[in-house]
Amino acid sequence: MDIVPYLLLATLEGLVQASVLMLTALGLSLVFGVMRVVNVSHGEFFMLGAVAAWVCANLIPGPPYVPFIAALLIAPVFVGALAWAADWAILKRINYNPEATIVSTIGLMYIIQQMTLITFGPDAQAVDAPFYYTVRFPWFGYSGYKFFIIAVAFVLVGGLLYLLRHSKVGLFMRATQFDKETAQNFGIPVTKVYSGVFAVGAMLAAIGGVLVVPSQQAHYLMGHDPLLLSFVVVIVGGLGSIPGTIAAAILIGMSDGLLSVFFSPTLAKIFSTLLVALVLVFRPQGLFGKAGR
Amino acid sequence: MSIHNKKLFLLCLATLAGLFVLQFLLSDYLVLAFTRILILAVFAMGYNVLMGYTGLVSLGHAMFFGAGVYGAGLSSYYLGVSLPVAFLAGILAAIVLSFLIGLLALRTQTVSFMIVTLMFSQAAFLLILYFSEFTGGDQGLTLPTSARSFSLFGLEVDMTSDVARYNLALTVFGVVLLGLFAFTQGPVGRLLVAVRENEDRTRMLGFDTYAIKLLAFTVSGGISGVAGALYGLMFGYIGSAFAEFKISIEALLFTLVGGPGTLLGPLVGTGLMTLLFDRLSGVTTAYLIVIGALLIVVTLWFPTGILGTLRDRWLPWLK
Repeated sequence: MDIVPYLLLATLEGLVQASVLMLTALGLSLVFGVMRVVNVSHGEFFMLGAVAAWVCANLIPGPPYVPFIAALLIAPVFVGALAWAADWAILKRINYNPEATIVSTIGLMYIIQQMTLITFGPDAQAVDAPFYYTVRFPWFGYSGYKFFIIAVAFVLVGGLLYLLRHSKVGLFMRATQFDKETAQNFGIPVTKVYSGVFAVGAMLAAIGGVLVVPSQQAHYLMGHDPLLLSFVVVIVGGLGSIPGTIAAAILIGMSDGLLSVFFSPTLAKIFSTLLVALVLVFRPQGLFGKAGR
Repeated sequence: MSIHNKKLFLLCLATLAGLFVLQFLLSDYLVLAFTRILILAVFAMGYNVLMGYTGLVSLGHAMFFGAGVYGAGLSSYYLGVSLPVAFLAGILAAIVLSFLIGLLALRTQTVSFMIVTLMFSQAAFLLILYFSEFTGGDQGLTLPTSARSFSLFGLEVDMTSDVARYNLALTVFGVVLLGLFAFTQGPVGRLLVAVRENEDRTRMLGFDTYAIKLLAFTVSGGISGVAGALYGLMFGYIGSAFAEFKISIEALLFTLVGGPGTLLGPLVGTGLMTLLFDRLSGVTTAYLIVIGALLIVVTLWFPTGILGTLRDRWLPWLK
């Protein structure tokens, strides 16, 4: 038996997972980096993206790519608006106190989850891929849609990095991250930056959800795993470091695909949770990061 | 021995007396509900030692409750030891686990501390599922009939009797309450509060704050284990649901509502919340939505809880 096709398949699956993970984790990392808060409801924004894609597929007629493109636009806008509202109604009022933010986003997580359960029911819902095209390898055919996921993720992350490095908005964000008070003294609207970053972080998760739903299914509890994996990525990559997050997402997305081939999913999850805890205890700057300021 | 804070001591005694009388006034259903409330209040009181008095917010106390449940339940199920021995085994398991986790987790602070405790707790929960052939996993294990009664000092106790269960829960609750009174209202309690208010200053005064926090963590985890062991043995069932994330959140919510850093706050919070959830379960299955909303509401507008507000306004001795 030849090992090459297995290796190729595992690599491809790993890349697909890594791309979605990169988008989702980047949202969490951005929020933590700029605002110094942890958003526990991040996985629910991912789930809402997937559910929005399913709703679009049911409500919008036409060939599958029409509702898909609609979902790709509507889901982030809807989820971003929700996150903006949560920021306005809750986070701003507790003054972004780190501990209170965790407690209240846990509350938000339960509310979003249960509202979705009440509205859409407990069943997992499948959505058609926007197009069917099979890439032929000598050994097997592979869904062209999955290559599309990888492409979209890399384009979005590239665009985001460009925006952060070369635009005025990006400058505002980096200045706020570096030193909130000084940024404010220089006339940067820090509160607006905060609301914006929180919304953008949620939008990234929602896009991840839309992209993933043709190959997984939409379900009200589907936010748990992306949340856990995003935690792993953000913490292993170094809290708040964007390049670290990207590197860690690729590493962990790839290895998670390989690991779950050899080990049970439960064991893989035990490994990830312990990894997060032990990295925070022994190397709080992340595995790749330098010691922080 | 002199007693600090006599008013609070008298209030504790009055509360215990009131709870004893309550069993003659309530319906059978409510006696059962109050049995659960007393046990969960012990859990919340343990949580409060760390969160309220020491100012360390843990998101992983389900693992210590679970250690109590499984330490007691498994030794009864597999080794067939008597219930008092199983009870002690559960407490010991929780103390050992919380000491070890505390050694590691206390190297971190605030947000990291919350995430570390959460992750350890999830790992413990997943381990229970992974070894489900031994632990019963999410199906759980039902303790055999032989483990439904015991005799101690010539006293026969039947764990299927509502009255016996209530009074046993009340006894354990009373012992923990008075124990915590001594622990929190004396010099050690003042050290915990000092760490909460300003850890750097406490260290500057020459105290080993890591040791103080580790003591608080272990006591907190151990008491959570007392509650877990009692819950598992009393109702004769152990299952992974006792180690779920939701259990940690309930301890947090009960403490927040009742008043963090007040001795009787957890009892008030647990009582109100448990009765509310019981009511709601008749109306909707999505009572988690209420937990979520309450977490937000309490954080936004009511961060000192019921007894904390009373303390700040009128009764400074209520701590």
